[in-house]
Amino acid sequence: MASALASVALSTTFARAVPLPENSMRIGAEKKHDNPLFKGKAFRRVSMAVSVNVSRFEGVTMAPPDPILGVSEAFRADTNDLKLNLGVGAYRTEELQPYVLNVVKKAEKLMLERGENKEYLPIEGLAAFNKVTAELLFGADNSVIQEGRVATIQGLSGTGSLRLAAAFIHRYFPDAKALISSPTWGNHKNIFNDARVPWSEYRYYDPRTVGLDFDGMVADIKAAPDGSFVLLHGCAHNPTGIDPTPEQWEKIADVIQEKNHIPFFDVAYQGFASGSLDADAYSVRLFVRRGFELLVAQSYSKNLGLYAERIGAINVVCSSSDAGTRVKSQLKRLARPMYSNPPVHGARIVANVVGDPNLFNEWKQEMELMAGRIKNVRQRLYENLSEKDKSGKDWSFVLKQIGMFSYTGLHKAQSDHMTDKWHIYMTKDGRISLAGLSLSKCEYLADAIIDSFHNVD
Amino acid sequence: MAAISREILKRRGIHRSPVMATIGTRSMASWFGHVEPAAKDPILGVTEAFLADPSPDKVNVGVGAYRDDNGKPVVLECVREAERRIAGNLNMEYLPMGGSIKMIEESLKLAYGEDSELIKEKRIAAVQALSGTGACRLFADFQKRFLPDTQIYIPIPTWANHHNIWRDACVPQRTFRYYHPETRGLDFASMMDDIKNAPNGSFFLLHACAHNPTGVDPSEEQWREISYQFKVKNHFPFFDMAYQGFASGDPNRDAKAIRIFLEDGHLIGCAQSYAKNMGLYGQRVGCLSILCDDELQAVAVKSQLQQLARPMYSNPPVHGALVVSIILGDPELKSLWLKEVKGMADRIIGMRKALRENLEKLGSPLSWEHITNQIGMFCYSGMTPEQVDRLTDEFHIYMTRNGRISMAGVTTGNAGYLANAIHEVTKSS
Repeated sequence: MASALASVALSTTFARAVPLPENSMRIGAEKKHDNPLFKGKAFRRVSMAVSVNVSRFEGVTMAPPDPILGVSEAFRADTNDLKLNLGVGAYRTEELQPYVLNVVKKAEKLMLERGENKEYLPIEGLAAFNKVTAELLFGADNSVIQEGRVATIQGLSGTGSLRLAAAFIHRYFPDAKALISSPTWGNHKNIFNDARVPWSEYRYYDPRTVGLDFDGMVADIKAAPDGSFVLLHGCAHNPTGIDPTPEQWEKIADVIQEKNHIPFFDVAYQGFASGSLDADAYSVRLFVRRGFELLVAQSYSKNLGLYAERIGAINVVCSSSDAGTRVKSQLKRLARPMYSNPPVHGARIVANVVGDPNLFNEWKQEMELMAGRIKNVRQRLYENLSEKDKSGKDWSFVLKQIGMFSYTGLHKAQSDHMTDKWHIYMTKDGRISLAGLSLSKCEYLADAIIDSFHNVD
Repeated sequence: MAAISREILKRRGIHRSPVMATIGTRSMASWFGHVEPAAKDPILGVTEAFLADPSPDKVNVGVGAYRDDNGKPVVLECVREAERRIAGNLNMEYLPMGGSIKMIEESLKLAYGEDSELIKEKRIAAVQALSGTGACRLFADFQKRFLPDTQIYIPIPTWANHHNIWRDACVPQRTFRYYHPETRGLDFASMMDDIKNAPNGSFFLLHACAHNPTGVDPSEEQWREISYQFKVKNHFPFFDMAYQGFASGDPNRDAKAIRIFLEDGHLIGCAQSYAKNMGLYGQRVGCLSILCDDELQAVAVKSQLQQLARPMYSNPPVHGALVVSIILGDPELKSLWLKEVKGMADRIIGMRKALRENLEKLGSPLSWEHITNQIGMFCYSGMTPEQVDRLTDEFHIYMTRNGRISMAGVTTGNAGYLANAIHEVTKSS
């Protein structure tokens, strides 16, 4: 269509200079011909200056604003003093400032002093990073590591790692479906869509209890076709903050085993949820112990504060090291036409921090502080809600939920009310990011939640 | 699903029988039995082989990364200084989805011209991309989504990954003739034929300067003719510019093809990379731009590019973008960069001269003027795969089997050795 418009525009222009041979502007004309317009350079130039090209992208409409990242944009535009950004999940200090971890500053200083070069990484990423990231996740003494059964590729944070895995699923399991929790991180659907992997949802969030709909979850996983890829949040479920208990994890593993499904973990908060790296890896290690082959996407955006460096990994646990080698080679083949090789800076930071015992210990302490601050605001918020709300509603879910996010149970209209009346920015699904909350603002937030919950239908 | 895997495994034969996991409460066959090992990447595989070779004489003229005259990787002074300023940067927060605004601004000035009206009119949709690869891939995905009936015309030969990119984006590929083996130059007549014979409104991938792998670029006059023919045919020009500044030493000169097309009123697309010209290989920083009718359309197109990037990597890495913004945004640092990039280009031009002179002094029966006619990092030597294999086996010289020499790997120390080896394997042809 655009070509037709362009041709019309061109012929209108050139028609002023010389009558156009009929066949030279026909769409799809393929025969060679002598174009009278070829003669005379000066003539050509004048025509060029006048002609107008109509863009082929006429029909491109504006994409909808991203529901999560769009919240921060709206927050920035708000001039009210009381405004609070509980939208995107980036950690803030008590003073609501971004936080660069000390160990990261130290690692960067070391890197600067060493004057390392900027050569291309191999497609699979920095070897030192791949080694430490797998060890962090599975435990260095885990048999899957000892036996070389994990294919690890450095990825562009959680998103990039998930995308590589999804592309791999599409290529090697073209009939398979992905099962994702309802709700889940918004971008999960986009990732599977763009990778052309069909997906369906399993029940997860129970609005009545503001907790886990465990029976629904198990039933839906059971009802799915055998050999589906079940996307599980390793810890600190996003957006609800609701995690299965260890006993529930065992039962989930049972049904996955029964249905011959493949577990696919998204681990974006290791260390950030409970404050302990090992505790937060519990679910992944449980499944590994039970002998599953599985996929795990990792991110260092939150736990090392490396958001903008885009550092993560995709790990595929295979039943043999030979399978691991083959899988790794095919993951590389998917990465090469996406970005050739991954960015080096964040990988070096992680490798330096985790690889140095002093820095590693310091990191663990900083992580405990971050997780601790979040636990403290949960506690304060819970206390404020319980004191101020006279209805007797049970607000304990605030304490039971874990990690950066809390599903408040507010629906869209109520969430909009939070923004419109109280200048509190959150996502429309009722998710608040506790990382953006300070102790001093808990009371204000409690008032807003109580008001929105009770007074808005 | 498990049944399918077992079938595939059975067909493979005994040596592919499923390996049982020995730990855990159950044994199981692998899900990944049908996953074959991927073939080695032809370019990156060369470096792997080089690294494994113990010979003290070995020379790596394979991968296209710049080396100094001692054969060492280089980090530019302007980059080091920019990094010093970044260290202790308080904020590592996510970049906006389209990437660093400052870096994009500076990149557009570099490609479209410092005072470009198009920039002032905000007609260019641009996002930060994962170096040249990422920029090409985003464009290919955009093409697939919004112009699903189009295909891409790719020159013969081209950087191997171009084929992978458009293939994985599911955009059908065609080729157009480009390289002329007999002259080791441009097959201009055939190229023009193919441009004319392509259906109106076809999409073409053009190397803006320093064609990879041949080093053969159209002359300015030839670019004008190509541009004219594109107008006649209403083709869409997509420029891959991975070597701006690195080819001639002058960024404006290296962008000449693009400037000609812009003068002629084309609406272009452009992938830019800072891997070579700023030595930021591993940082993965580049820019994808698409020139639109007007500001409104540019905003819409940019939003759709962001929408494509979100499920691929959410937002691009910050470090390299900061380095680029600081360098290009600071007049002193930018001056330093221009000096350094000219230095790199000059060294390569010098090595081209040296290699050619050495071959001629050795009394080679063949013509080697293409070495100095070609431009940029690569020289298409015209050697056969068998001759290349001999270079590797007998002389420990590593390059891709298409006879492509990365001139960045040539030094005053090894130019003689290299010339001698090339002479040995080609003198009887």
